[in-house]
Amino acid sequence: MIKYLFFVMAIAIVAVAITAFTPAQINDVKASVKRGEKVYTKVCLPCHMADGGGVPNMNPPLIQTSYVLGDKTKLIGIVLHGMNERVPIDGDYYSNNMAPHNDLTDQQIADVLTYVRNSFGNKASAVTPTEVKQARLKKQ
Amino acid sequence: MKKKLIVFISVLCLYQMANANTIHSTDSVIVRSGSIQPDADNAGLILPKGFGALIVTSAYGKPRHIAVTPEGYLYVKLAQPFNGNGIYLLKDKNGDGKIDDAIGFGNYGGTGIALKDGYLYASSDENVYRYKLNNQHEVTNPNDPDEIIHGLLNRREHESKSITLDNNGNIYVNIGAYSNACQVQDRVPGSPGMKPCPILDSAGGIWQFKANQMHQTYGDGVRYATGLRNVVGLDWNTQTNSLFVMQHGRDQLHDNWPKLFTVQQSAELPAECMYEIHKGDNAGWPYIYYDQIQHKKILAPEYGGDGKKTAGEDAINPIMAFPGHLAPDGLLFYTGNMFPEKYKHGAFIAFHGSWNRAPLPQEGYYVVFVPFKDGKPTGEWEVFANGFAGKPPITSARNAHRPCGLAQGPDGSLYVTDDNKGAIYRIIYTGK
Repeated sequence: MIKYLFFVMAIAIVAVAITAFTPAQINDVKASVKRGEKVYTKVCLPCHMADGGGVPNMNPPLIQTSYVLGDKTKLIGIVLHGMNERVPIDGDYYSNNMAPHNDLTDQQIADVLTYVRNSFGNKASAVTPTEVKQARLKKQ
Repeated sequence: MKKKLIVFISVLCLYQMANANTIHSTDSVIVRSGSIQPDADNAGLILPKGFGALIVTSAYGKPRHIAVTPEGYLYVKLAQPFNGNGIYLLKDKNGDGKIDDAIGFGNYGGTGIALKDGYLYASSDENVYRYKLNNQHEVTNPNDPDEIIHGLLNRREHESKSITLDNNGNIYVNIGAYSNACQVQDRVPGSPGMKPCPILDSAGGIWQFKANQMHQTYGDGVRYATGLRNVVGLDWNTQTNSLFVMQHGRDQLHDNWPKLFTVQQSAELPAECMYEIHKGDNAGWPYIYYDQIQHKKILAPEYGGDGKKTAGEDAINPIMAFPGHLAPDGLLFYTGNMFPEKYKHGAFIAFHGSWNRAPLPQEGYYVVFVPFKDGKPTGEWEVFANGFAGKPPITSARNAHRPCGLAQGPDGSLYVTDDNKGAIYRIIYTGK
């Protein structure tokens, strides 16, 4: 009987999780994107432009690039530590240095990257504050 | 009706021919250009009355600077190699104005290219090479150039090594500062300026070298001028026998000093400056910038400035100041005979167009003209060729044609390169 009760409860929890939790998560992402847009406008837009297109040869685009859509830890690292190396981004080189933005909070960085990964034609998973926190602890 | 039309067309053709002959009657090369017609819509450009434009080619990568031979052949230096070639010799063999023959060589990207006294000079972002020309101005050693200068600093930012030559066997090379404002941390909000700025010993100025000496580097050259953040457009003025340069002013006054500068101020300031340079001159970067609204040299915020305090008493003043961030990449003093008299000895400037005005609309995707007499400007600057970025407002650089290099053809045509979409424009005066 107790076993049966547990079973019912477990099902109920799963059901609640499926029906209630998932839409909440979607709302979280939506809210994160919305907050991220504000961070983007203030911090990123001056160089990466309103359309995320960047500036040829100077400031890289954020549209469908392997850096933006790829490894989240690496992407968080660029926001935290800036970028001043000569590396090709999908075959092209960009000459301007990017300042580190480690003054932003974990939440702000998660929001702005979630915004970037879901704007300008990009579609990729959200970045969470926990992921940013972990990336901060990682040695560069 | 048909007959009338034929007569009309014949008259029109005769008129065209007569017109071509009267405008271009003295020189055989010039007569040939009479047959060149502007593209239907002037290649999308907006020009003063009487001018027309055509795109001669868009097929060879991203052309930076350009030089034209007495035969009307084009040498273009590409930002990066295209099909393995960083330089192209482009010819219009059938005389219709369009490029129909191309020879590529030089496996390096770069910006600078110049013709002088039987040689072609070209630069990578670290070195300067020269190629011997035959009597048709074709290179004789495309795979084995002389390396005349090597080892110039390239730390990504402001890496172009633009070049020009005087009439005394010297070559002038820009070595741009690998920094925005010589902050301890480049482009980081609130980071102070380094004093003295250590960049200036090997960059942030113009260096003079011998045009005919091999394997020169810093110790062999002369730091001809300092305090220039980055120069891409430069030209030797044969009337004044002096160097003129266009400086790219610093970025991010608001981003890095939000308490001192508004977004609006940061979009307009500081000026992009034209300087006449004499040996030993200092233009003041990074300690000052030129404010074209107050007409003053202002102490940079990285060094304690607040947008009002003046400084740089020992720094030269600009010959002319332009709005901020327009990015002058080409400078040419016009000595041709094709354009009307007012253009003679005046300066054409190719502005690459801004990015650091965002979130305000971008500006300056155009070619400007400044009238000169006896080496001094005689009036304000005016937009000469516009429309490279389409209709305003311009919010992004990436879809625009971006003016970069300028050169004058033997007939007096003005060539303009676009290093974003790769067009090479030829602007001609038709009088119509």
